[in-house]
Amino acid sequence: MKVKVDERGYYGNFGGAYIPEMLYPNVEELRENYEQIVGAEEFQQKFNALLKDFVGRPTPLYAAERLSEQYGAKIFLKREDLCHTGAHKVNNTIGQILLAQRLGKQKIIAETGAGQHGVATATVCALMGVECIVYMGEVDMARQRPNVERMRILGAEVRAAKSGSRTLKDATNEAMRHWINNPTDTHYIIGSVVGPHPYPEMVARFQSVISAEIKAQLKEKEGRENPDYVIACVGGGSNAAGAFYHYYDESDVKLIAVEAAGKGNDTGESAATTVLGKPGVLHGSKTLLMQTEDGQVVEPYSISAGLDYPGIGPVHAHLHETGRAQFYSVTDDEAMKAGVQLSRLEGIIPAIETSHALAALNQMNFNADDVVVLNLSGRGDKDLETYIKWGKY
Amino acid sequence: MNRIDQLFQNKQQRVLNVYFTAGYPQLNDTLAIMESLEQSGADLIEVGIPFSDPVADGPTIQESNGIALDNGMTLKLLLEQLAELRKTVSVPVVLMGYINPIVQYGIEAFCKKCAEIGVDGFILPDLPMFEYLETYKPVFDQYGLYNIFLITPQTSEARIREIDDNSHGFIYMVSSASTTGARASISADQSEYFARVKGMNLKNPTLIGFGISNAETFDKACDNANGAIIGSAFIKAISQEGGLKENIETFVKSVIG
Repeated sequence: MKVKVDERGYYGNFGGAYIPEMLYPNVEELRENYEQIVGAEEFQQKFNALLKDFVGRPTPLYAAERLSEQYGAKIFLKREDLCHTGAHKVNNTIGQILLAQRLGKQKIIAETGAGQHGVATATVCALMGVECIVYMGEVDMARQRPNVERMRILGAEVRAAKSGSRTLKDATNEAMRHWINNPTDTHYIIGSVVGPHPYPEMVARFQSVISAEIKAQLKEKEGRENPDYVIACVGGGSNAAGAFYHYYDESDVKLIAVEAAGKGNDTGESAATTVLGKPGVLHGSKTLLMQTEDGQVVEPYSISAGLDYPGIGPVHAHLHETGRAQFYSVTDDEAMKAGVQLSRLEGIIPAIETSHALAALNQMNFNADDVVVLNLSGRGDKDLETYIKWGKY
Repeated sequence: MNRIDQLFQNKQQRVLNVYFTAGYPQLNDTLAIMESLEQSGADLIEVGIPFSDPVADGPTIQESNGIALDNGMTLKLLLEQLAELRKTVSVPVVLMGYINPIVQYGIEAFCKKCAEIGVDGFILPDLPMFEYLETYKPVFDQYGLYNIFLITPQTSEARIREIDDNSHGFIYMVSSASTTGARASISADQSEYFARVKGMNLKNPTLIGFGISNAETFDKACDNANGAIIGSAFIKAISQEGGLKENIETFVKSVIG
């Protein structure tokens, strides 16, 4: 099976560009120009130079020995937590700020959940001297306060999204409304593989550096490019898309996507879209969506602000529908325990989003010679308050 | 003949289309609002299907959507409320809404019901033309329902032509780059855009919406199009103290004179 976006922006049955006419010229401008801009040698040189010298790439592929011992497989951690700003998100914002400059846009807007994408956007805007406004749900601003202040130190304006559930979904609504009201001079840096075509594919391409590096690094360490498993957490799904990208069509590699089950999938407080969602349209694409029978979007719940989203990227809906990826879901408590476990076993405090991927290891059965790559998408500094509040360490 | 065509055959100027959110201010106000609108002189009624995430709408309509949903409005209930619509309302009626609730209801079932009730068309801001032509148009056509497209100051001339070719009923001219209800007056830039579109001699009638709130902006819009659409200002008017019917009469009179 080939996983590829078609001309209309669809991965199988999911994707497209369901946008109001007010956004059509912006999205069309992007669609018409981005491949040419991103494909140009000058762009690639600049992008790669910044990834190397500013972000600190390549990030290590670390053989986690004590974790491997625990689960009886050879587990490698792809250390995206060591990226500048603390997560993989910056790979995409570097790409999009270079793109925005080449489109002649002077202003940047973004949405953020956990604040990692907001920080990564504020960072590249500071780097390029560009005005930056980040929309963030009021609830998320409270639970991710250090990131709010980081964005402000970097010179970005953080605007509270006060509608709906006041989380990532609503921050995205507000960013889209801002773009409708400012269509000519502003570029919207979407932080995940969601939104209207070409965003999902564009963001995945910027993040695909993750799996490109895994291939090269695994070849060097293990003499093979392909692991038996690639595991990543999925909110919108950008780190997973990046980690899966060059393995989509490698059928010997099992792709494992891990969603947040909040307090449990049967409690009404979960964000596990593939379990609880059905096909629907939100934020510009047709995808799996948590919603009522009437088609109203349901407020998701997860302890992790970065996974607290009622949909998933259309590519993941496609991977789910076709069975190319297996989906697991992990509760708040399981994730928190896995985060503490990694801290104790390997000396790495992971982001709570990433802890969901780690917790899925408990649900899997490995052979002793299985090679497993887990995308360690972010570090836990921003989550200290949540760890402290949880308290079981 | 579709009632929208009939309307524009009889009236080419100062056509007033009024939007309201179904289920607001009270769950069961829908038909009463429509009857009062017709009696007060509205030529066309746009009934909003409330949605949890109305990205093209400004604060006023967002709030009315939220309250309508809290009141218990659903698409299914709205269609039940409208079942007897044509006993008391004769002006054309279009349903405005985001596509997801309609997808969940089922496109075919939705169109069948709308045709039975006597709905004349839809305004679906997040349904792109491409998807419409491919999937929706055959069903809409089968039931004689019109899909109304939007154009904005940023829409290219070529795309306006394409939209005109694929439109029935009228074209919804969004007055400025904005969400609903954002602007208070009409600027020179907007006048240039109105004149540009007028000069294109489109096949379809045009109605100007977004930022139309009173007699002054209504008159200005009518100088440049066949009429105008009022939404947020009407929502504000029916949010005030006093009787619903009186508020509607007073508001419509203040706009059309």
